[in-house]
Amino acid sequence: MSSTTSPPVITTEKLTKRFGQFTAANELTFQVSKGEIFGFLGANGAGKTTAMRMLCGLLKPSSGKATIAGFDVYTQTEKIKKSIGYMSQKFSLYDDLTVSENIRFYAGIYGMSRPKIKEKTKELLEELQMEKEAKTLVSELPLGWKQKLAFSVSIVHEPDIVFLDEPTGGVDPVTRRQFWDLIYNASDRGVTVFVTTHYMDEAEYCNRVSIMVDGVIAALDSPTRLKQQFGRDNMEEVFYELARKATRQGD
Amino acid sequence: MKQLITFIRKEFLHVFRDRKTLLMLFGLPIAQIVLFGFALSNEVKNSKIAVTDYSKDPVTTQLIDKISSSTYFNIQRNLNSAQQIEAAFKKGDIRMAIIFPANFSTDLTRTGKATIQVIADASDPNLATTITNYITRIVGDFNTQSALSTGQPLQILPEVQMLYNPELKGAPNFVPGVMALVLMLVCTMMTSVAIVKEKELGTMEILLVSPFKPIYIIISKLTPNLLISVVNLFVILLLSALFLDLHVKGSTLLLVFCSILFILTSLSIGLLLSINAKTQQSAMMASLMGMMLPTMLLTGFLFPIENMPWPMQVLANLVPSRWYFIIVKRVMLKGMGFGAVWKETLILAGMCLLLFAISLRRFKIRLQ
Repeated sequence: MSSTTSPPVITTEKLTKRFGQFTAANELTFQVSKGEIFGFLGANGAGKTTAMRMLCGLLKPSSGKATIAGFDVYTQTEKIKKSIGYMSQKFSLYDDLTVSENIRFYAGIYGMSRPKIKEKTKELLEELQMEKEAKTLVSELPLGWKQKLAFSVSIVHEPDIVFLDEPTGGVDPVTRRQFWDLIYNASDRGVTVFVTTHYMDEAEYCNRVSIMVDGVIAALDSPTRLKQQFGRDNMEEVFYELARKATRQGD
Repeated sequence: MKQLITFIRKEFLHVFRDRKTLLMLFGLPIAQIVLFGFALSNEVKNSKIAVTDYSKDPVTTQLIDKISSSTYFNIQRNLNSAQQIEAAFKKGDIRMAIIFPANFSTDLTRTGKATIQVIADASDPNLATTITNYITRIVGDFNTQSALSTGQPLQILPEVQMLYNPELKGAPNFVPGVMALVLMLVCTMMTSVAIVKEKELGTMEILLVSPFKPIYIIISKLTPNLLISVVNLFVILLLSALFLDLHVKGSTLLLVFCSILFILTSLSIGLLLSINAKTQQSAMMASLMGMMLPTMLLTGFLFPIENMPWPMQVLANLVPSRWYFIIVKRVMLKGMGFGAVWKETLILAGMCLLLFAISLRRFKIRLQ
């Protein structure tokens, strides 16, 4: 995972979003390379979601520049949409559909062909070891399985980048660890992973981490270097050191 | 297009997986028809009545036989004085009394004309109206029959003047109302709930991030509901034809066309509600409170709009079901053609377009 040699797939330059008087995200400048796992940290209300929504093409930036997979966030949102995947903490699966119906649906709305969907479904179920559950309703799956399925579904259309918005909320540490194995697999295949989280053990798994405080990026580096820079033993302390300076209230 | 089909298929899966809702969707029109058609029928059967015959001749005997043979009446006993009749009314033993005066047969043979006195307990005005109407009908029948058999025209005139309900049926008035209510409810509620469900699940975010177009989301959500509603429409029409003997007198095609227009209007309202609602419950409540009450009250099928104070009348004009109700009444009950309903159709079409345009716009704005 050589983050320095690969070309950048996410580039932002002074990316800013204002809501009236309030600047939710202020002059964000960073780059994320292909295949990198990029952690996006910050307390509630720090501006993570706003930043992520701009990158996904859901929110128009107020100023600044950004390209996602080579496409401009102002003018090429439709092309961006085709190149990214997205998973939220709600897992976003349909409870009343079976595992394979969920896969077929999400692959279908990205316009994948029928044979391709079949092939992908088989591959995905194998990777998750869920062949037997193909016809099970999602509502009957344990939480950890749902979460892993949701992640696999979010990259079923083979996007360049996948955005994960607090993907491990409410999941136990063991399942979380297994979930990260899936993330590493995806990263190895060249998928760039952009992940927000509140768990500092997860921050340690990332190649690089940015910490947002009050709408600006307060720190950005690999977990090891950040710990050195702040003279702390773990990311938890680094995060606390930065986040407590925040003046904004979380939501 | 392929993406759209994928989405629509998913919507149908949702509908068919949710057996309870499905049952409710198709059970609702049936329950309404049964409820209004039979349980809440205006038809009165086995009313207790008294018959006093001062004349006691073959004609009165025949007529009394005819009255007692109908299922509407249950002749209690023969009361022989005005006091007895009055007492029976006071006790509530009888609903109506029929009195043949002593000079009945002499009048009839001499002039061919005679009157009978019909007294009804008007403390229940609806009931009184209904049963006196039955008597009028029965006597009228009797007149025609004896005219045919004897060749001599008889004119027995019951002395009552009551309101007019020519078919003596409750059904015609409520079927268009039920149609408006069921279609409005199903379309509005189902649509708003279906969209809000995606928001609650968090799947809406995924859909918005995907290249799937928002207009496709709307189309996919509306398609199953449109289909269900059209099926419901035919179920209602079939039920009223089979069990209430109420057929579409005018053009069925015109009726279906206007119904689809009304369905689309209701779907657009559902869409509009879903944009503001955050949870399925609030969407459901908004549809129920916001739609069911105005539909019930301001459509004109429970309470006549003409009798309302003018602010309510103005308000009623904004309720789409009001116009649909008029169309159905004219086309279905009176057999009128497009010429008689084009104004209402135009108003409905305008509402439909406006609501759909607004909801589409707001749906898009929300995505920004």
